[in-house]
Amino acid sequence: MGKAGDAFKSALLAALVTLGLAFPIVALRTDTNLSNQLVLTERWGLTFILAAVVGAGVFLLTLVRPVLAARATPKVSSRTAAPPHPFRRYLPRIGLALLIAFPLIASGIAAAGGPGALKLLDNYGIQILTYVLLGWGLNIVVGLAGLLDLGYVAFYAVGAYSSALLTKTFGLSFWLALPLAGILAAFWGLLIGFPVLRLRGDYLAIVTLAFAEIVRLVLINWVPVTGGYAGLSSIPKPTLFGYSLGSEPGGIPSLIGLPPSPVYRLAFMYYLLLALALFTYWVTQKLRSLPVGRAWEAMREDEIACRSLGINTVTTKLSAFATGAFFGGLAGAFFSAHQSFVSPKSFEFMESAVIVAIVVLGGLGSAVGVAIAAVVMIGGTELLRELDALKAVFGNDFDPAQYRMLLFGLAMVLLMIWRPKGLISTREPTVRLKPQPARGAPSFPSAAE
Amino acid sequence: MSTPLLSIEGVSAFYGNIQALKGVSLEVNRGEIVTLIGANGAGKSTLMMTVFGNPRAREGRILFEDKPITDLSTHAIARLRIAQSPEGRRIFQRMTVLENLQMGAAVDGSVNFDEDLDRVTRLFPRLKERLSQRGGTLSGGEQQMLAIARALMSRPKLLMLDEPSLGLAPLIVKQIFATLAELNAQGMTIFLVEQNAFHALKLAHRAYVMVNGVITMSGPSRDLLARPEIRQAYLEGGRH
Repeated sequence: MGKAGDAFKSALLAALVTLGLAFPIVALRTDTNLSNQLVLTERWGLTFILAAVVGAGVFLLTLVRPVLAARATPKVSSRTAAPPHPFRRYLPRIGLALLIAFPLIASGIAAAGGPGALKLLDNYGIQILTYVLLGWGLNIVVGLAGLLDLGYVAFYAVGAYSSALLTKTFGLSFWLALPLAGILAAFWGLLIGFPVLRLRGDYLAIVTLAFAEIVRLVLINWVPVTGGYAGLSSIPKPTLFGYSLGSEPGGIPSLIGLPPSPVYRLAFMYYLLLALALFTYWVTQKLRSLPVGRAWEAMREDEIACRSLGINTVTTKLSAFATGAFFGGLAGAFFSAHQSFVSPKSFEFMESAVIVAIVVLGGLGSAVGVAIAAVVMIGGTELLRELDALKAVFGNDFDPAQYRMLLFGLAMVLLMIWRPKGLISTREPTVRLKPQPARGAPSFPSAAE
Repeated sequence: MSTPLLSIEGVSAFYGNIQALKGVSLEVNRGEIVTLIGANGAGKSTLMMTVFGNPRAREGRILFEDKPITDLSTHAIARLRIAQSPEGRRIFQRMTVLENLQMGAAVDGSVNFDEDLDRVTRLFPRLKERLSQRGGTLSGGEQQMLAIARALMSRPKLLMLDEPSLGLAPLIVKQIFATLAELNAQGMTIFLVEQNAFHALKLAHRAYVMVNGVITMSGPSRDLLARPEIRQAYLEGGRH
């Protein structure tokens, strides 16, 4: 009785709190009608349903949680950095194969009567991969170097606008604008790096947040260059060796005799993005095993120890900011070329928050974890647009897309309860010892003091 | 006689408005073990950190191999081959023992890494068994060994140790001090900051005693060990 009674008590409390909270927000709904008058709608039924749902949820959770906690206690604590589980080891390869085959899978799904290949490629493939790329870029700053950067979107914006201006105004090829956009973003990374060198933790986060806001405000107000709120449109699409990838005559698809379809360009952009993401992954893994990457990780662990070992933490921090920003810039250049349109609306704080959330949920520093988190968070919210079936339950007014952020938040809360250190929290060592021949001497069990 | 390896001349240091060091002078000669003993909060660790430029000395100067290092930044001082095993060990918890040692060799770009790894693992055989283990999973004694080994990876001319006995079992303390004696026999100059005065005085050639940021006594350790006021203040009841 005791347990269930306690659970009932906390459930009742939670339901009451919900009632109190929901009263002004849900129960009393105000709309303006056509003649601009406020109309008050009372929704008591919905309010009580909400309270009941919350109460039931808390009741169940209170009962279930001790059971789960008992199960989750690790039986053996592994002291060594054991080689990962076979599934973990093959996961990147399986993922890569799926990614390469994705355009084919998408056309397969489309042919089988599912949603169109264009939509699958654009909304899922390109959208998710963009966040994977951004997540991996930010992972260098937040995950490896341990510098909490809440303004990463600034570098994304710098990359996007640089590439847009270089290709549109200066007529450069996209292939030249892409690295230049990365370099310009890296330069901005250095610029923000200097003033924040002495800051850490929350202070650093606030300053980077402000920096991103400055960049956005400049984009809005520097109308002659950036076009202000209207942004820049008709940015040239990338070509391949001077040949267009569109369906018009003279483009590559028509030259090799394919029927006209916009899907080829999209597939091309998809593979371009995939290549950029893999490049980022490769560079990050390489850097981790080099002195500079090792210094990033050591700085995350202990800055003072780093300095007393002769590591110049100033250059180490700046290099982390610049490298992370470079990949943000690449992502931005891709974004502007893909959309043919950039405006300040795409670079609001929400973007930074989503990218940080992906890195944290994935597990700070884990590339695979970040990729999985991007798939879950971005793919999941995209999937919600599809759930029209829910209209049958909640009535025709129900628009699942409106609940995206709610579910986004819910998923984050659940993930953080289930895996407080992120999806993949074990750190992969950058060097492994070659297996040594077994020696005759017995090794001692370690005596912990 | 040659000039001292490290000489600290009339150094004062502050934390904000609080003066932690009041005109401290001290010398460490090549090949010596010098210890600085004193009670908790006397300013011993501050002196060691001041040598590393954090906090910076506001008065006086610090010379290493006759060159002033008072105004150098911490990492530049470390690159002169002064290594420290800091208070609280400060090993990199999530990195493996091997990676910790790699960080120690960062100063010279790991050119002699394999040779030095071999050297320090012979000095601390425990670490050899734990090379692929994460630093944070080591026991306290092993972490202290790692901190010293990491400092040794840079082939230092001067090894500075801050309270290597802190929080360790007496047997482990004995082991670590024996290793320090062995290192010194191989020619390493050691500057040791300790609260465990008995062990430190037994090990060192010379010693300084610090009280409230001032050096109050100095001399050969054996003499200090024999002085009644030292025995009373630092050894009675604390001998182990």
